[in-house]
Amino acid sequence: MDDVTLLSRIQFAFTIAFHYIYPPLSIGLGVCLVVMEGLYLKTKNKVYEELTRFWVKIFALIFGIGVATGIVMEFEFGTNWATYSRYVGDIFGSALAAEGIFAFAMESAFLGILVFGWNKVSPRVHFLATVLVALGSIFSALWIVVANSWQQTPAGYRIEGEGMQARAIVTDFWKMVFNPSSVERYSHVLIGALLAGSFLVLSVSAWYILKGKYVVHAQAAFRIALWVAAVSSLGQLFTGHKSAEVVTKYQPAKLATMEGHFEKSAPADMYLLGWVNAREQKTSGLKIPGGLSFLVHQDFKKPIPGLNSFKPENRPTAINFVFQTYHLMVAIGMTLIGLTMFSLFLLYKKKLFQTRWLMVVFVWAVLLPQIANQVGWYTAEVGRQPWVVYGLLRTSNALSQAVKAEHVLASLILFTLVYVMLFALFVYLLNKKIQHGPDVESDKHEPSSRMNPVLN
Amino acid sequence: MDTVLGIDLPTWWFLLIGALISGYGILDGFDLGAGALHLFFQKEQSRRIALNAIGPVWDGNEVWLVIGAGSLFAAFPLVYGTILSVFYLPFIFFLVAIIFRAISIEFRSKEEMNWWRKLWDISYSVSSIAISLLLGLILGNLIQGIPLNAKHEFVGRLSDFFNPYAGLIAVTVLSLFMMHGAMYLIMKTEDRIYAKLTIIANNTSKFFILCFIATSLATLIYVPHMTAIFKAYPELFALPLAAVLIVLNIRRSIEKRQYRRGFMSSAITTALLLILFAMGLYPNLVLSNVDPRGHISIYEAASSDGSLRTMLLFAFIGMPLVATYTLFMFWTFRGKVKLEEHSY
Ligand code: HDD
Ligand code: HEM
Ligand code: HEM
Repeated sequence: MDDVTLLSRIQFAFTIAFHYIYPPLSIGLGVCLVVMEGLYLKTKNKVYEELTRFWVKIFALIFGIGVATGIVMEFEFGTNWATYSRYVGDIFGSALAAEGIFAFAMESAFLGILVFGWNKVSPRVHFLATVLVALGSIFSALWIVVANSWQQTPAGYRIEGEGMQARAIVTDFWKMVFNPSSVERYSHVLIGALLAGSFLVLSVSAWYILKGKYVVHAQAAFRIALWVAAVSSLGQLFTGHKSAEVVTKYQPAKLATMEGHFEKSAPADMYLLGWVNAREQKTSGLKIPGGLSFLVHQDFKKPIPGLNSFKPENRPTAINFVFQTYHLMVAIGMTLIGLTMFSLFLLYKKKLFQTRWLMVVFVWAVLLPQIANQVGWYTAEVGRQPWVVYGLLRTSNALSQAVKAEHVLASLILFTLVYVMLFALFVYLLNKKIQHGPDVESDKHEPSSRMNPVLN
Repeated sequence: MDTVLGIDLPTWWFLLIGALISGYGILDGFDLGAGALHLFFQKEQSRRIALNAIGPVWDGNEVWLVIGAGSLFAAFPLVYGTILSVFYLPFIFFLVAIIFRAISIEFRSKEEMNWWRKLWDISYSVSSIAISLLLGLILGNLIQGIPLNAKHEFVGRLSDFFNPYAGLIAVTVLSLFMMHGAMYLIMKTEDRIYAKLTIIANNTSKFFILCFIATSLATLIYVPHMTAIFKAYPELFALPLAAVLIVLNIRRSIEKRQYRRGFMSSAITTALLLILFAMGLYPNLVLSNVDPRGHISIYEAASSDGSLRTMLLFAFIGMPLVATYTLFMFWTFRGKVKLEEHSY
């Protein structure tokens, strides 16, 4: 692999991974905001209003960084991947343009009202703005994931031209949109975002509960977020399973990589934990023999094509990496299910908020969905290598011809410096906002009389 | 070739992208200009008012950039890849400036410390100026044409882009945005900062007119291909004439203290200047200054007719929606800025 390819891949991976810290939080938090403000309109309970105002501030901070880093992604297609852009422009471009027209414009226009419009519009119009911002971010994820899914499982196209002039042309718009992996992957990504957002709310609320600050607000928010998180964590197992079925059918080399399965024709095991030695083609660890065969064919003995069934130039190279990222995601998914189900049980027993160790766990659990979202993408994207468009265009053929290695190195260093600083500031300001807490009117006037209505 | 209302699809997209870029220039133009002027305001109070004047709208304005770039990608992928990769480092700096600008606006008010606010004020203003200059620099080079061989491969060097003509266009764009931004801020402010802005508007408009004259002359002399169309169709000469009249009208409005009218005029000026550029280009999108076979025409670069048609449908449905949101947003935040507890 030459320098420009390697550097461009590192730069793309780094900038998208950084961008992807924020969108899931925006989407998930957006939905939580809709619930909080909706409850306020319905019950007229001040606590919900104060909660909404507090979380809107945090939302604005996250959203702002999401937008700034997202614009980088859009331009990077042209700057670093010019040949790719030409190849997929007919398909990918329309999804991106649609995203801009239908989703981003709505998000950004109503964001202004959400953040600054409290005294300018009526509570109902404000709520409408909240709903539209949340919908906008859900929509924007739709188009971008559809485009990415097309790269994974192309459909509804034909190839025109040859060699470096070749490009994909849409023949059937709806087939392109609903390509074989769109629905599975979009639902999986969306639920991953709900988990990220709701666990942020859970973490901050658990911290307040531990500190004994804003307890009324924190418990109200915790309850909302716990329900969102519990439903989502079950949904994530289901949609993840659906995604795995799609991978089995359309990207068998990726499936073999995910489980470190090498033999051409043998039953495949399923690992709970393990290590792949790619040179010796050996995978070892804690496994259910024939488990993958069973999941795919409902038969422990049926063979599944292993990595050796594919030409060396058509399989991923970072096999252990994909194996580990995939297993980490699944492990986190299972942990989240256990954690939320147990908490719901304690909530039912009315013991939840007194269980201090659990609150400590929740403070840190905010990292789990974030990590799962990241490693999920690594699985999907690194497992897709060496193709940028699966089976059609190789990553090494997708680059810009005009760009030199030293320029990419310069931009990579620049982005690294800027993003490290940005992340440090983000954490600092987020922490400051959390320390400051919601502006609570009842604190000043009537210390505890308002508390009871929301406690139960 | 497929046509809609008698106009072929690539031409439709040429027009639409032109409209999107003009929309971006007009909308983000005033908040970039406000940013460029930011350090002229010395009092903390004035800086906050200036920032909150664009606070609820700048993000929406920037969406026009996102849509414009997305549409260029969708409709003319070859041009998208070529322009962005040829101007690799200028665009990287542009993106870094976009990031700094966004976070400066967002972070500034989050701490009370004097140094903190000063730092973000400087970062905000410098990044606004840098964005305006870089856009101008890239535009200036696109007007002259870039070194592309017959296969549309770039055969030049980064240093080619730093030439006097492109520098002149960069300064012109900056002066236009500053004038435009000053008039926007005048409409949103009162008292002390208002008085200061009237002086700024007066000075920046004079400066813009100087730049405008210099750019016009330089284009006539050094970039004859941009004016060739007027030899072929003399009646089109009405457009540059209109531009001159509108520019004069900006000065007149400022002297008569009719700032709303002045703001409208500078918005129209932005659009007219881009229209003149587009007329010089059509039917090409990128000109080569070393080999005419290197020009990239809209027909060569266009996506398939099917895609263009689908997206045209999206645009017909979507653009009225975008316009509605934009108007609703400006209407909600109409009137002079008042600082409130959730202001920046
Ligand atoms: C699952 C969701 C998701 C994924 C996979 C991506 N994004 Fe993103 N993006 C969003 C979800 C999102 C969002 C939720 O809509 C954002 C994030 C920040 C924000 O809060 O809005 C956003 C913002 C955002 C913006 C700024 C829009 C504005 O001005 O409002 C652009 C241009 C992009 N993104 C482009 C991209 C590109 C080119 C990606 C792929 C390479 C990408 N995003 C991956
Ligand atoms: C529609 C959205 C996306 C598109 C079109 C896309 C496309 C691409 C492209 C062009 C590359 C560079 C070529 C390559 O190395 O494969 C890439 C690599 C990569 N992307 Fe995505 N991507 C998208 C979303 C994401 C997201 C949201 C993540 C989340 C973190 C992600 C993670 C990665 C990683 C880690 C790589 C590096 C893989 C490697 O180089 O081995 N991608 N993707
Ligand atoms: C519960 C068990 C889970 C299973 C069985 C599962 C399964 C999968 C599979 C098979 C893929 C690859 C899809 C592809 O390559 O096209 C994937 C991708 C992904 N997963 Fe999971 N997953 C689980 C949990 C989670 C959790 C908890 C999160 C985040 C909170 C998550 C986030 C993601 C993301 C962001 C991707 C990349 C996007 C995509 O390809 O859909 N997953 N998952």
